[in-house]
Amino acid sequence: MAALNDEQIMLRDMAREWVQNEAPVSAFRKVRDSGTKLGYDPEAYAAMAAMGWVGIVIPEAYGGSDFGYLSLGLVLEETGRTLVASPLASSGLAAASALVLGGTESQKQAWLSGIASGEVVAGLAVDEGPRHEPTKIETRAERSQDGWRISGTKSFVAEGDGASLFIVAARTDAGVGLFLVPGEVEGLTRATRRMADSRSHADIRLAGVQLGEEALLGSEDGAALLDQVLDRARVGTAAEMLGMAEQAFQTTLDFLKSRVQFGQTLATFQALQHRMAKLYTDMELMRSVVEAALEAVDAGRSDLPVLASLAKATANETLHLMSREMIQLHGGIGMTDEHEAGFYIKRARVLENMWGNASFHRERFARLSGF
Amino acid sequence: MATALDTPTEKPLDAFREEARAWLETNFPKSLEGKENAFLSIDAPAQTSPDYLAWKQAMADKGWGVPTWPKQYGGGSLSRAEARMLAEEMARIGAWNPIGGMGVMMFGPTLLEYGSEEQKQRHIPPIARGEIRWCQGYSEPGAGSDLAALQTRAEDKGDHFLVNGQKTWTSGGQWADWCFALVRTDSTRKHEGISFLLIDMKSPGVDVRPIRLISGSSPFCETFFTDVEVPKENLVGPLGGGWTIGKRLLQHERTNLSGGGRLAAAMGRSLVDIAKHYVGTDNEGRIADADLRQRIIRYEMEMRAFTMTARRVMEEAKGGGVSTASSILKNVGAKLTQERAELTIEIMGMSGLGWEGEMFSESELSATRSWLWGKAVTIYGGSTEIQNNVIAKRILGMLDHQ
Ligand SMILES: Cc1cc2nc3c(=O)[nH]c(=O)nc-3n(C[C@H](O)[C@H](O)[C@H](O)COP(=O)(O)OP(=O)(O)OC[C@H]3O[C@@H](n4cnc5c(N)ncnc54)[C@H](O)[C@@H]3O)c2cc1C
Repeated sequence: MAALNDEQIMLRDMAREWVQNEAPVSAFRKVRDSGTKLGYDPEAYAAMAAMGWVGIVIPEAYGGSDFGYLSLGLVLEETGRTLVASPLASSGLAAASALVLGGTESQKQAWLSGIASGEVVAGLAVDEGPRHEPTKIETRAERSQDGWRISGTKSFVAEGDGASLFIVAARTDAGVGLFLVPGEVEGLTRATRRMADSRSHADIRLAGVQLGEEALLGSEDGAALLDQVLDRARVGTAAEMLGMAEQAFQTTLDFLKSRVQFGQTLATFQALQHRMAKLYTDMELMRSVVEAALEAVDAGRSDLPVLASLAKATANETLHLMSREMIQLHGGIGMTDEHEAGFYIKRARVLENMWGNASFHRERFARLSGF
Repeated sequence: MATALDTPTEKPLDAFREEARAWLETNFPKSLEGKENAFLSIDAPAQTSPDYLAWKQAMADKGWGVPTWPKQYGGGSLSRAEARMLAEEMARIGAWNPIGGMGVMMFGPTLLEYGSEEQKQRHIPPIARGEIRWCQGYSEPGAGSDLAALQTRAEDKGDHFLVNGQKTWTSGGQWADWCFALVRTDSTRKHEGISFLLIDMKSPGVDVRPIRLISGSSPFCETFFTDVEVPKENLVGPLGGGWTIGKRLLQHERTNLSGGGRLAAAMGRSLVDIAKHYVGTDNEGRIADADLRQRIIRYEMEMRAFTMTARRVMEEAKGGGVSTASSILKNVGAKLTQERAELTIEIMGMSGLGWEGEMFSESELSATRSWLWGKAVTIYGGSTEIQNNVIAKRILGMLDHQ
């Protein structure tokens, strides 16, 4: 466990308490069953914002608390435990990071306090196909008379249905740049993707969307900024996955300790003890790499890219196995929709894909390390 | 399968192949080519298209839905070699067996072995014709892996049994006409207190409640028995002899489930094709993602090894029917089925996680659903862990007291 300061411990405990009391898995089930396109409960998100969670990486001058990524990671871990459906990772982590890292004073002023308060929900729109390929961007941003004209389609944008601001990666003459695209601008259409995790994902079509000069975030050659933003998104996602893995493990352990077959609890079978011991061991490794990556962001370390890929690849593999074992070790009951095991495996696979699957990050880790 | 029941015919094999080919040519409707749904026979309501019905009728009349079962009960009385040829000829033209389900896979072979002449006459022909659907009433809330802990009681009331209790995970329970059930007829003895009973699902007091799966479908049920009267003649084998019969049936189930592997193979396009489509290739034509490519290679190799093992086991069994190798085959087949599904959705990326709607293709949506559904294959029919216990204890002799 990373060395937390008193404020971080308080934050984590508060998050844990709120999540367990106000947003248990049954709250996610309710959101799912309601069939909402939005994919989350706006009241719950408002409560999270009111507690300051959405502004954790946003400077105080713009309505945040500048509390750092390790702190946000603690919250994401807790919300991950019970699969809290909210735009926290999209808006308060990915999009906020882009603005904090690349925004001008006026861009920050225009958007950050809205994001922190939860009134603005922002999404990061990078990929253009079903796999994470940030080097394959075909969306074009062309200079027009008094600004920019953007055309292209972004796929599987998280919170794409409800977002009121998109941060869109688009090809410019100089490279790839990030652009601030309001959700209600003319020429932007959304097509909902109904996915297994019952959260909001949508394709965003930009048909010659006309924007002013101030739409460009950072420079026209913004690949380095995009990388920094993506690494923050990856690390935060890994923290959410850590929470999911922990809860999936705990739920399974509790089950094995209570389910009786052959006149004894399943927990007493050595074959299962060893399975759980392995999962527990994997989770310890996962925690180390996730915390190291979060700390690397806060410390501004130059090896963040390697650590981010290490964290995301490890998180992907560990949660992948955990989510499978959760079903398997529950037996028949784990196959039912009434049980929550299915929620974990469905969300797990979506997050495994988001911002790079394991083979993407193994390859990136190797390349960055000079293998 | 059901090889112990073969009644070999005398015809030369080549002649048989020609006969089969000609007959299939005439009778298999082209419209059904390749349209087999491997899960359908258990987990969905019956099909009703005219071509399907005609095909089923033809196969039923010929007895080839259950090719190795004796003719007198509606089977084809084919030898194993002939049955294999028939299967090959069917596969060659994309034909498939329209007669299946638990009656064919598990209950029929078991009843042929343990049933009275009267029971066989009554129950086997409708299975052979695909007219009656059977479901398996084994598991209960408190009796899964520990099946012998089952509590559903059948009380001897003189001319009938009175059945009370609850079964669960009853696949196809809502569509089944009959249920073969393990019930407790003696509560003082665990295994010897179990009997094998046939229950008409239309009997008063039988209630089913479908259970929704993580894949979204509801192919199985909780089944409740409340004062259900079951005629004495529906007891198979001796009173208290249900455990032996029930276990034999499970061996048939496993052998067929190891078809899990077959099932994986039948699940459509090759992984390599899907990967080339979604991931693309490098300039030497290799799947562009080297890491993924390695894992596809491993899967394909293991699949080949599995297929060879299944064939070798069958040949070595020499008419001995199901064997202890059924545990190995079940585990490997189940593992490969899941491996393939995980690889498929990984290859498709986010597109492999669609739930519904027009933003995904049919094949993408079915990839998601089969991936989720497939998580069951390592659980039912005796879980992977239980098969491993069987392998360790029964095959390797690694016993608890040693
Ligand atoms: C899709 C589906 C369809 C099914 N269809 C039918 C049906 O038609 N009819 C029917 O009767 N049943 C059916 N079943 C039930 C199935 O047979 C049971 O789910 C299975 O026997 C496991 O029992 P359980 O679910 O109670 O799990 P449990 O027995 O509680 O097992 C939970 C976990 O513990 C493990 N475990 C248990 N004992 C041991 C041990 N001694 N050592 C190591 N590990 C152990 C198991 O492998 C499993 O991983 C179906 C199940 C599914 C999922």
